[in-house]
Amino acid sequence: MLDVLAIASRNLLRYRRRTLLTLLLIVIGMVAVLLFVAVAGSFKAMMVGQFTDSVLGHLQVHRKGYVASIDNLPLNLNMSAAMVAKTEEALKANPLVETWSPRIKFGGMFSNFAETTSIRINGIDPAREAATVPLLPGRLIEGDKAKPLVERGNILIPVLLARGMNTKVGDTVVVVATNRDGSVNGKTFVVQGILEGVTGPGGRDGYMHIDDARALLRMSDAEISEVAVRLKDFSRLGQADKQFKQTLGESTNKEGKQTIEVHTWAELSPFANLARMIDLMTLFIKIMLVSIVLVSVMNVMMMAVFERIREIGTIAAIGTPPGRILSLFLAEGLMLGVVGTAAGIIFSLAAIFGINVWSPTFAFGQQQNLVMAPTIAAGDVLAIAAMVVAVAVLASLQPAWKASRMDPISALRHV
Amino acid sequence: MSLVRAEQLVKTYRMGDVEVQALKGVDFSIEPSSFVAFVGPSGSGKSTLLNMIGCLDHPSSGKLAVLDTDVATLDPRSGATFRGEHIGFVFQDFNLIPVLTVYENVEYPLRMVQKWPLEKRRAQVLRLLEAVGMADQADKRPDQLSGGQKQRVAIARALVSQPKLVLADEPTANLDHDTAYRVLQLMKKMRDEFGTTFVFSTHDPKIMGEAETIFTLEDGRLQNEKESNHA
Repeated sequence: MLDVLAIASRNLLRYRRRTLLTLLLIVIGMVAVLLFVAVAGSFKAMMVGQFTDSVLGHLQVHRKGYVASIDNLPLNLNMSAAMVAKTEEALKANPLVETWSPRIKFGGMFSNFAETTSIRINGIDPAREAATVPLLPGRLIEGDKAKPLVERGNILIPVLLARGMNTKVGDTVVVVATNRDGSVNGKTFVVQGILEGVTGPGGRDGYMHIDDARALLRMSDAEISEVAVRLKDFSRLGQADKQFKQTLGESTNKEGKQTIEVHTWAELSPFANLARMIDLMTLFIKIMLVSIVLVSVMNVMMMAVFERIREIGTIAAIGTPPGRILSLFLAEGLMLGVVGTAAGIIFSLAAIFGINVWSPTFAFGQQQNLVMAPTIAAGDVLAIAAMVVAVAVLASLQPAWKASRMDPISALRHV
Repeated sequence: MSLVRAEQLVKTYRMGDVEVQALKGVDFSIEPSSFVAFVGPSGSGKSTLLNMIGCLDHPSSGKLAVLDTDVATLDPRSGATFRGEHIGFVFQDFNLIPVLTVYENVEYPLRMVQKWPLEKRRAQVLRLLEAVGMADQADKRPDQLSGGQKQRVAIARALVSQPKLVLADEPTANLDHDTAYRVLQLMKKMRDEFGTTFVFSTHDPKIMGEAETIFTLEDGRLQNEKESNHA
């Protein structure tokens, strides 16, 4: 094999300019793909992180039917205390779970005594919510960050509401809500902080303590609207989802109907389609890379065979077996692929490092100054490298086959 | 026992709708360690005959045995193996591999065809380069050599795997008379040294005089066989 590689390398160096141009094409393709995968992947991870770590959590558990009516925040579809206990039991038992946060979600009226508007509110346990969606405290753009996320008697309001209602931290406001039975109750709160809005469901909600929410809604039982779950390893979301859908999703009531349902963040957010679009674009970019490598290597190998017909005739005449001739040309394709890939990886990693040093910022939805920090997994680099090398060898197969099956007499007569 | 034996050898080509008979029933035999020339004008069938002896082509009919092997039965793979083991080739245009040095060109059959171990291979290549007087040019590339030097290297390459038979199709056609004469003398010397049979084709009357046995071909038929006074 080393003999074959040694001769293949000499043959590649024979036409230096052509080999360099082919390598350049492969390198450009590799850099384009790896950069795209790194930037798009980081953007996707950041975007998904914004949804999961600011608002949604990785998974959510609801009473069956709640998600279908989630726009109405239906209090009559809250999880009962028994359902909550069953859910918490399952969450405690699962080693994939890091933590979870119960929430009461409801709609109400928000008044600053001069104007009134509607508001969506999450009643939360501040410590557990901060642990489940760790980017939430960072969204506090006004207010004391040293305090617990939201104290009893206080409220966090979204920035757009604060601006529209001309409300500041420390102001007293009134929140009025209708409970499950239809009776109305109001309660005064002090604005503890103003939250930066985020794109996606729940990104413009207000927050109050879960006990205040229960008092406002006159709840006697420990019912909740949803449980947001955070996993130890986000990459095992599919596994956890499957497990919970089997355990919690199969729980039924006396009538045998499903009572609890489990959803991943992607099933709750329309922005999951954006993430899928990024994956699709990455696939198309990879197809383009494959095409570039295929066409350029095939072209150079076909030229190599055409230009060396007499040489092929000579080595065939002196007894080189067809398989050895095949391997000589395949080795040239392999070397083009390997060298192009290696150079492509080096340039790509340098470019990714350069972007990280440069740290350009961009806006996503309402969030400004998000820093682009592209990273790429070693697995992605290896997979793309293997794909390019395999395509380079595949592209050489037809010319190599043609060379190995060449009639020595015709080849020796070729002018 | 003959090294090569042909009986009623016929080769027919089809060129479009026309059938061309390149050989029309040729009989001959070649003895071991002989120095044989097939002579005749262009199109007389010399190259066709050499191609068939070299297992590069199959006869249309008749029998052709090389080293007691019926070459008509060899498929491309076994034909390549047979050539690699028993037959050396010298070409009119030298056909050295341009990316390899003189040493590597001579080494090629042992390295890529027969897979000799390194030390044995090295000793054999140096021996052959010494024999053809090219040892001091071992590191040069073919484009740095004269025509005569290239043909010496080609002869070394043909002999390096110790074949019983070397086929040379017009080996002196691209050489001036003096160089051609020296190349033929070298081939004879190699025959004497290694006992290899040399069979070459030519239509140069000055060169054909160096052969010990001359077969004259004309229009696909063997006209006569002549033993030269060089024998």
